[in-house]
Amino acid sequence: MDIAEVSRNTKFLINGVPFAVEDVKFVKPGKGRAMYYLKLRNLFDGTTRDQTYHSSDKVEEVHVSSNEMQYLYKEGDHYVFMDNENFEQHSVPKELLGTRSQFLKEGLVVTVSVMEGKVLEVTLPKFVELAVVKGAASTKSDTITAQLKMVELETGGVLAVPPFVKEGDIVKVDTRTNTYVERVTTKK
Amino acid sequence: MAEDESLRLSQIKANLERRALIYDVIRAFFRSEGFLEVETPLLVPTVAPEKYITPFTVNGWFLSTSPEMHMKRLLAAGYGKIFQICHCFRKSERGRLHNPEFTMLEWYRVGADYMQIIQDTERLVLTLANRLRLGTTIRYQGAEIDLVSPWPRITVRQAFLNSAGWDPFNRLDEERFEVDLVEKVIPSFDTSRPTVLMDYPVAMASLARLRPGSLPVAERAEVFIGGLELANAYSELTDAAEQERRFKQEIETLEREGKRGIVMPERFLESLSSLPECGGIALGVDRLVMLFCDASSIDEVVAFPWDAV
Repeated sequence: MDIAEVSRNTKFLINGVPFAVEDVKFVKPGKGRAMYYLKLRNLFDGTTRDQTYHSSDKVEEVHVSSNEMQYLYKEGDHYVFMDNENFEQHSVPKELLGTRSQFLKEGLVVTVSVMEGKVLEVTLPKFVELAVVKGAASTKSDTITAQLKMVELETGGVLAVPPFVKEGDIVKVDTRTNTYVERVTTKK
Repeated sequence: MAEDESLRLSQIKANLERRALIYDVIRAFFRSEGFLEVETPLLVPTVAPEKYITPFTVNGWFLSTSPEMHMKRLLAAGYGKIFQICHCFRKSERGRLHNPEFTMLEWYRVGADYMQIIQDTERLVLTLANRLRLGTTIRYQGAEIDLVSPWPRITVRQAFLNSAGWDPFNRLDEERFEVDLVEKVIPSFDTSRPTVLMDYPVAMASLARLRPGSLPVAERAEVFIGGLELANAYSELTDAAEQERRFKQEIETLEREGKRGIVMPERFLESLSSLPECGGIALGVDRLVMLFCDASSIDEVVAFPWDAV
């Protein structure tokens, strides 16, 4: 693939390691060669690096498929997902999911990037709706979070919510920021 | 989506209004100087062969990458002072300062050299600042820029010796030249003033005339304001044989890279024998508008940039 075709979110290999392009800065002196200052994210370990390319440089294309999978269950330090197309199961290590693992509910459909059978990335829906199973009493001690209290969700996750949220309520959670969005239904 | 678009377009409306005013001022400026506004074709059978400019192809023809060759054909036919505002198309040029379809202002003066054209540029930019009621100082991306002429001039040689620590006139390394230009030389310019970078190595002359001497230079000058590369002026090359030799070199380089299809612009070369001594410039209108709108990206001064067409 010609470097000119690379844009944000393009994925390519450097020495066999897949990278995703996070940002491209295109610089071109009027009559001169184009330069591409790329910010790259290593899809194996999540680290980022800067790399400069010049016009007519080539990069090694990588085939990363985006598959819809549903979450099945947790097994030790791994989370097991099933591909909705071919029913293949993939075991994903805890580290790859980070804090988002606390919002995984059985049956949740997520988008999984797969390269040569290896899972690179799991993307949760932006919002998930989960039931509150254990609601702490509203606390007045902490001034910074005076408006919020911690509750436990059906998935085992812990979330800061406004004081009016009770056990049995369904709340909407933003999985990108791990924050409460709104109460969807409340138990009468 | 439609909602996003109407929000985006409403946010840049003031910039587009200012853009229209800038066009009015540019036209009035050149009319008052006795220039004729001309139009040349956007769909052309060949473009000037330049190794770092890639044209779009349309049924075996090209979208124009620059109006330069047609404008020189007008000069060769006796037109003395001409200007044009037109769209140019350059494949794969996309970034904060680039859109593959962009707007160019070019003007040419018979009997002038590159530095007289730079003086035109100084007067045009000051006229714009004045008509936009900004006085002689503008604010761009946090910096105050004093536009009073003459703008500081520095030779390519001096600028590289000062900021990059090497002399591009002593064994030019073109690749290193561009990297250092972008990473060392341009960032060293005084941000409170425009800068005119002049006298390029002969290998980077393109369509500019050479000035012989103990240190031969290409009579080419570039204007930088607020970190933006705004315009590129030449004392125009009128030597058809020399121009053909340079084009041949570029075509060979293009063919080595497997880029075929750009043929020798014969009609342009034929006209060169009648081209009088003249100077000309290509100025990026989108960047000029960015400067006067304090816009950080070309997307803020164009209604429908590449990704939104």
